[in-house]
Amino acid sequence: MNLNSLPSLLLALACAPFLLTVINRTKAFFAGRQGPMWFQPYYDLWKLMHKGAVYSRTTSWVFRAGPIVGLASVMMALTLVPFGDSPALLHFSGDIILFAYLLGLMRFFTVIAALDTGSSFEGMGATREVLYSALAEPALILGLASIARVTKTLSISEMQDAVTLEVWRDSGMVLAAVVAALIVVFLTENARVPVDDPNTHLELTMIHEVMVLDHSGPDFGFILYGAALKLWVLGLLIVDLLSPPHLNFGNPVVSWLVSASLDLGGLLLLAVVVGTIESVIARLRLIRIPQLLVGAMALSALSLVLGRWGG
Amino acid sequence: MDLLLAAIGVLLVSGIASLLVRNDSRQSSRVAATGVVAAAVLGLKPVYSVLSSGQALPTAIYPWSVPIGSIAIGLDVLSAWFLLLVLIVPSLAATFGCEFLKAFAPRKSLGGSWFFYNLSIAGMVGVTIARDGLLFLVAWEMMALASYFLVVFEHEREDVREAGWTYLVASHLGTAFLLALFIMFGQGSDSLDFIETASGTGITQRLADAPSGTLDVMFVLAVVGFGTKAGFMPFHVWLPETYPAAVGHTPAVLSGVMSKMGIYGLLRVLSLFMKIEGFLPPTWWGCLLILIGMVSGVLGILTAVAQHDLRRILAYSSIENIGIICIGLGTGLLGMSSQNAGMAILGLAGALFHVLNHSLFKGLLFLGAAAVEQSTGTGNLNRLGGLLKQIPGVAIPFVIGSVAISGLPPFNGFASEFLIYFTALREELALTGASAVAALSGIAALTLIGGIAAYCFTMVVGIGFLGAPRTPAAASARPVGLLMQVPLWILAAACLAAGLLSPRIMPILAPAVENVTHLPGIEISRYLLETGSESQDIFSAQALLEQVVLVTGSLLLVIIVLALIRQQLLNGREVTESGTWGCGYLKPESTMQYTGSSFAQPLVDLIGSVLQTRKNVVLPIGLFAKTASLRTSTPDINREYLYAPVFRGVWGIILKLRWLQHGRLHLYVLYIAITIMLLLLWSFGFGESPPTTSPGDPL
Repeated sequence: MNLNSLPSLLLALACAPFLLTVINRTKAFFAGRQGPMWFQPYYDLWKLMHKGAVYSRTTSWVFRAGPIVGLASVMMALTLVPFGDSPALLHFSGDIILFAYLLGLMRFFTVIAALDTGSSFEGMGATREVLYSALAEPALILGLASIARVTKTLSISEMQDAVTLEVWRDSGMVLAAVVAALIVVFLTENARVPVDDPNTHLELTMIHEVMVLDHSGPDFGFILYGAALKLWVLGLLIVDLLSPPHLNFGNPVVSWLVSASLDLGGLLLLAVVVGTIESVIARLRLIRIPQLLVGAMALSALSLVLGRWGG
Repeated sequence: MDLLLAAIGVLLVSGIASLLVRNDSRQSSRVAATGVVAAAVLGLKPVYSVLSSGQALPTAIYPWSVPIGSIAIGLDVLSAWFLLLVLIVPSLAATFGCEFLKAFAPRKSLGGSWFFYNLSIAGMVGVTIARDGLLFLVAWEMMALASYFLVVFEHEREDVREAGWTYLVASHLGTAFLLALFIMFGQGSDSLDFIETASGTGITQRLADAPSGTLDVMFVLAVVGFGTKAGFMPFHVWLPETYPAAVGHTPAVLSGVMSKMGIYGLLRVLSLFMKIEGFLPPTWWGCLLILIGMVSGVLGILTAVAQHDLRRILAYSSIENIGIICIGLGTGLLGMSSQNAGMAILGLAGALFHVLNHSLFKGLLFLGAAAVEQSTGTGNLNRLGGLLKQIPGVAIPFVIGSVAISGLPPFNGFASEFLIYFTALREELALTGASAVAALSGIAALTLIGGIAAYCFTMVVGIGFLGAPRTPAAASARPVGLLMQVPLWILAAACLAAGLLSPRIMPILAPAVENVTHLPGIEISRYLLETGSESQDIFSAQALLEQVVLVTGSLLLVIIVLALIRQQLLNGREVTESGTWGCGYLKPESTMQYTGSSFAQPLVDLIGSVLQTRKNVVLPIGLFAKTASLRTSTPDINREYLYAPVFRGVWGIILKLRWLQHGRLHLYVLYIAITIMLLLLWSFGFGESPPTTSPGDPL
């Protein structure tokens, strides 16, 4: 256990919702609007946490468990991804598998909570969610496997440390392919354009939003906060691959500040990229999405082949 | 040893006793189930002592009047590991069955069913402890034939008779391969035992002296013969027919335990091979197992999603899980081929652990499915719904089992899948050539299986147990008896315990891995047991699982804390109930909910060309359209496109030989005479002397 990473963890818990503001303000910039206030997501969370709740009569404890299990899983996933110059709170060989399956647990409970309402809209969202994530999961794990191949480690923290400029020079193709695949996974898992449109207001076309239609009050707050953390943690995974390995400036505080601000800058940049993507392209038709995901899977598989025989 | 024989005795006696009191159904249930539980208690003592000490009990040999057989029985850790399943799951299923079969009592005599239940369990105990080929086959057939009668319990239904027939045919074809396998084991000896003897005619020596290629043939025979029982694709066709047809509590035993006997047999054969000095399994063995595992896993779970019947879904998911076990075994074998101890040990440990885990959660799910069927009268997902509120005592354990079988933390399914993943990922880095491709494909298959298993079991839970009841039958689900609920809760608790205690299970597994690989104990404890530290590269399975449990344990804590926070937040605020949001539609009907078919539709559409799903669509056509309907069914592709043509072909060839069967007796006598003449000529004139005349002389 690496307690040095506690500040990073607290930073993540505090700053994750801010990424949403960045995305929304980027979109506003493209649309020529003023955009939401900088701390809008925090106001939203605050408001939701102080509301009562309305539960559907159809639902059972599974519906109430969904947001809690989801938030807890993504919080634990957060402890496995390094931020700044120190390894993650928990890191061990094979944590990449646990990371993927913690997100799987979050999804499982979000989906069964949605089905618990007995609403056909939520059923529709649920089936899309499980299909797309079933296709995104191989892309994620195979992508991580090919980084494991290049860096000779199965731990995210060690991968972050091992991806140096030399590695980029020797196996740049592999890493580029993985990063491309991971960006598709990032967009899919976080329900962003071109897979899902968080701004849509038609239940028939939603994926993630429609699954949480019936949640209200603190439950919905947990869901929104969990979604923000998921955006952070999957984004961090990509940023970790792109950011330089541990910098050493002699003074640990300075080193931490520099690498943390690099990572934070990377995340904010990623949020700007997401906002830009959302502004300049439309979402795909639902039947096209599997093609995009299979494409990402193929990229990951290709990177594995490249890493083995090309690199 | 004596206790194990006593356990078999108790099983047989209680089975016969239950047959004797068959006129009183309650008595016969009670007698038989008590016998199963008592046998489990008797048997658990030696199993516990072997598993806790890691030392095998000495082999005992009793004389047997059968020519080439002997009653040689032994209990090493590998046997004990599988015997543990044979003792636990069937006794829980028997407890469940006691209550479950009451519904049949007025119109059926239960004695026969219980007799065969106990007989088949005695057979399984025999399979795990037999150390003689003939004894093994006898026990194997006892298990297989007795379970046939369990399958055809409701023989007045035509589909059940059909399923029973399929089972019988498949089982016999499988045994035919095993027969050939054991005859090859006996080459150059007058006995079929698996025991080492000092005189040099022991099994290891015989195998070592066998001509090259013999072991390859034996391996293939074992894969086909044992794979048929385990449910390897494409030898699985009997399985999705049999599990849904068999009566209530028995599929839990068939899938949870009997299919594992196939895995046990394969491992036992491998353990005999590995004893040979300097023997390395060829690379293609591991590749073959990984290939079978991939096909079984991916096609199994894809077909499962396309089914509507609860037990049929579970049957296909069994094939998927056998596939996962097979990927683990194959990875282990690849490790042995490449003399990569870590890979061999971790892969096998993962596979063995998954055997236990699958037995626990599949036992739970099949028992749960039986309880649901009895409570609502249907196992069709599209007719269920809302059961979590109606029968929480069944539904809550079922939900737990579903999370576990999807391989999600903190349950046991994740722990074993983690080991298999980890082995494949870690060793993929070290391998070259064909083995690397195999390991990689194994990883790819595992990720696909994981995602689609989650698809499948969110469907089962979400459609079957949540939402509003879809039919009056589901709405009026009858509560089930306590004896049916308790086994479910025990198994659910076991799933969580095996997940959280997974690091503690590695020391128990380690000697079993040693039994198979015959690698030095120091290597095994290095990869399975040694605790690592922060500074060094941690990779013993135990140390890794401790880290995993640290995360999953904290996960449970965080869940509890968040639940308390929410309770605090909602304290004193308005919490109301209302209808589900229906876009402003005020009269929602339960039939408007998503069904299993509609939930599966996106995936089925995507891969329909692979699964050959049949759609029967009636579109609403015309100006005043009236009816519209959609019906989908996904028959087994192997059955339709592999076996049907093969059997037709065989039939065609056999038909051409029909002129030999003319019905004239004197010509038949002539056939016999000619055959004997030819055999005499072969044995005296041209062939080698038959092995029995020169015992001990290696071929």
